[in-house]
Amino acid sequence: MLVYYLDLAVRSLKRNRVLTMLMVLALALGIGASITTLTVLRLLSGDPLPQKSARLFYPQLDPSPKNSAIDSNGRLPRTMGYVDAMNLLHAHRATRQAVMALTQAKIMPPQAHAHPFFSDGVMTTADFFAMFDAGFQYGSGWSATDDEGGAQVVVIASFLNDKLFDGADSVGRMVRLNDHDFRVVGVLKPWAPQPRFYTLGLGGDHYGDGDAVFLPLKAARALKMGPQDTECYQAVDDFTHLESAPCEWLGLWVELDDSSAVAGYRRFLDGYVKEQVALGRFQRTDSSLLDLMGWLRDQHVVPDDVRLQVYLAFGFLLICVVNTVGLLLAKCLRRSQEIGVRRALGATRREIFVQFMVEASIIGLAGGVLGLALAELGLFGIRHQPAQYAHLAHLDPAMFAFTFVVALVASLIAGLLPAWRACLLAPAPQLKAM
Amino acid sequence: MDILPILSTLRRHKLTAGLLVMQIALTCAIVCNAVFLIGQRLQRMDLPSGVAEHELLQIQVADVVKSGNPYARVQEDLALLRQVPGVQSVAFSNQVPFGGSSSNGNVLLDPNQPQRTLNATTYFGQNLVPTMGVQMVAGRDLQDDDFVDVDTALKGLKTGDTKSLPHVTLITRDMAERLWPGQNPLGRLIYLTPTVGLRVVGVMASLVRPNAYDANTAQYTMVIPLRMGADRGMSYVIRARPQDRASVLAAALAALRKADPQRIVTTQRSFDEVRRHFFRDDRAMAGILVGVIAALLVVTALGIVGLASFWVAQRRRTIGVRRALGATRSDVLHYFQTENFLLATIGIGLGMVLAYGINLFLMQHYELPRLPAIYFPVGAVALWLIGQVAVLGPALRAAAVPPVVATRAG
Repeated sequence: MLVYYLDLAVRSLKRNRVLTMLMVLALALGIGASITTLTVLRLLSGDPLPQKSARLFYPQLDPSPKNSAIDSNGRLPRTMGYVDAMNLLHAHRATRQAVMALTQAKIMPPQAHAHPFFSDGVMTTADFFAMFDAGFQYGSGWSATDDEGGAQVVVIASFLNDKLFDGADSVGRMVRLNDHDFRVVGVLKPWAPQPRFYTLGLGGDHYGDGDAVFLPLKAARALKMGPQDTECYQAVDDFTHLESAPCEWLGLWVELDDSSAVAGYRRFLDGYVKEQVALGRFQRTDSSLLDLMGWLRDQHVVPDDVRLQVYLAFGFLLICVVNTVGLLLAKCLRRSQEIGVRRALGATRREIFVQFMVEASIIGLAGGVLGLALAELGLFGIRHQPAQYAHLAHLDPAMFAFTFVVALVASLIAGLLPAWRACLLAPAPQLKAM
Repeated sequence: MDILPILSTLRRHKLTAGLLVMQIALTCAIVCNAVFLIGQRLQRMDLPSGVAEHELLQIQVADVVKSGNPYARVQEDLALLRQVPGVQSVAFSNQVPFGGSSSNGNVLLDPNQPQRTLNATTYFGQNLVPTMGVQMVAGRDLQDDDFVDVDTALKGLKTGDTKSLPHVTLITRDMAERLWPGQNPLGRLIYLTPTVGLRVVGVMASLVRPNAYDANTAQYTMVIPLRMGADRGMSYVIRARPQDRASVLAAALAALRKADPQRIVTTQRSFDEVRRHFFRDDRAMAGILVGVIAALLVVTALGIVGLASFWVAQRRRTIGVRRALGATRSDVLHYFQTENFLLATIGIGLGMVLAYGINLFLMQHYELPRLPAIYFPVGAVALWLIGQVAVLGPALRAAAVPPVVATRAG
């Protein structure tokens, strides 16, 4: 029976080619726009470490005095000062913990006549790699002893390894960073979580290729490598000794395995802040412990423009659906006589209804295919936009399937009203009018 | 034209007419808001900088080997750049308008007040005002003997020796007006910290912040007489005639590289590029909005064509009867045009209400101002025009129906 409906539908669609094309095109435009913007939104609001994000937490506290000239609008500082970050790090109250700051590293390639260049770097501590599931191609990370000893070791990203050592196993070789030799201890597999959650608040880009070098914080600071972003809550005259300055420039991440560990860490953090108040170091007792996705939301990592574009695209799709409803309805009313004949020959209301819905879904599928092409075109356009995330905009299999779901649902909704009207038509008056 | 017969016909086609009205209403609502958003973006992109943008170049370099005396390094570089043919003026600045990265300070009117009065950006560097082409509206520019080396100032801040700190500053007219509304700002004191007081000696017409993300605070700018040493992040600002800029930039880079082949040029661009880069997201968004508006209007127009065509085909016999009873071709044409006008008007009316609703939603979630009333007629006129253009074809076909159709069956 379905084959018969398909045949009927195709005949009917062929009879009004221009109109059919119009409906398909309108639906395709709406679907193309919606899928393009949704893909971008999904990319931007995605989970950077799906297997791990629920176990990663970002502690915050506020060392600034109550009468500080900085007006924070009641929000906690995004980063920590050195003393607090180190106190929390060395307390070892979480399964894993690492502090980090971003820096710019000047790299001198080993090749003769090569020019030095600047790359993004992370100054961090030993647990960084295991905590963030950064896998190693060669070698491994450094140890807590290296952290304390200020060892001049470095972990490099695979793209930097390709550039400096043609992708060979470079463990044990030297890289010249800011005019000092660092020994390579590990080469990462390609690793670039999107968004780059660990850079939020540290002054880096939110999306992109990832960092080139990872250095032990103490060793990097010993060479006066500065953090990308520093917030000071009191006047500062000496930016070289940030460790003792009233400034915030470090992010601390902790890994907590279950809800009791989270509750325990919250109590620990609260106790730490109260202790600091008692010691006279702090005046404020606020603290917070957001999980990874909560931290992304808190930092508004998805630009407002992208949300606006999604609303706009779905508004557009809605108009396209209304448009298709109108055209299908007009078409159905023109076919009253045909429906009358079919009903007189024994077709039930149900059968008429199904026939019209089949016709609508064919339009939907055609709109979906064309819409997919338009979405690819739209994403091609996005990739040529000057945004940080531009080159990441690709259609994944899930969105590919979702396109057809949207297309079918949109066309079935559009077909519902016309099909309902068609099946309610009484056959006798239509036959009489012929 | 009598609209009563049209209304009675429409009453018999409630559903189709309703759908058309709904489509027009939705389109009108979205178009009004989208045009408003485009206007907002264009307004932002027009933010004045206060400098001679078409005559300026920015170069940033990073030294691979730290120079022994970074202050001397800057003076050498400036002397070199002044020699480059076509260069009219050179300055060394810690930041540039619309450059993004910025140095900012909290401004106090009373050294003991707990909360800042406002946050202003701080430009440092000699010769900035004449090189960038900033207009002075009162007082004087900074003079050589106002200037203090940054390191000396920092040392002074540490030891409490206020003599080695800068004592004067330039501020913009907007900032003066915010600090002392309607009063003469010259000679007044502002404080960056309780111990650093600066006397206002000159007022600039305008000099935009590097981080001008909010139009209300974009002009809160000071120029402080601090001399800096060579460091990455600092910029050489070069002024040249607009047509000379490309050759001057190339020659300036060559001169800098010749002086030290080891150094890395991290930025080299004209100020037109600086502005384009700063507003790139706004331009992209405005482009997308224009695209969406165009697509929406096309889809709506095609929808009107489709529905009107069916309507005409369905009413061929009625049209024939009317023609036979004496209606002229133009009567039939006007009938369909008026019908479309009526539907569009109802749609536009509903669309305005909807547009207002969407604007309220956006105001709540996205810090947008209220939709000004001027945007409502824009949407209305656009949809009336689209409707009339779209209905013309089907209406002409209707007018061409010969009266003889009335005598035929079917």
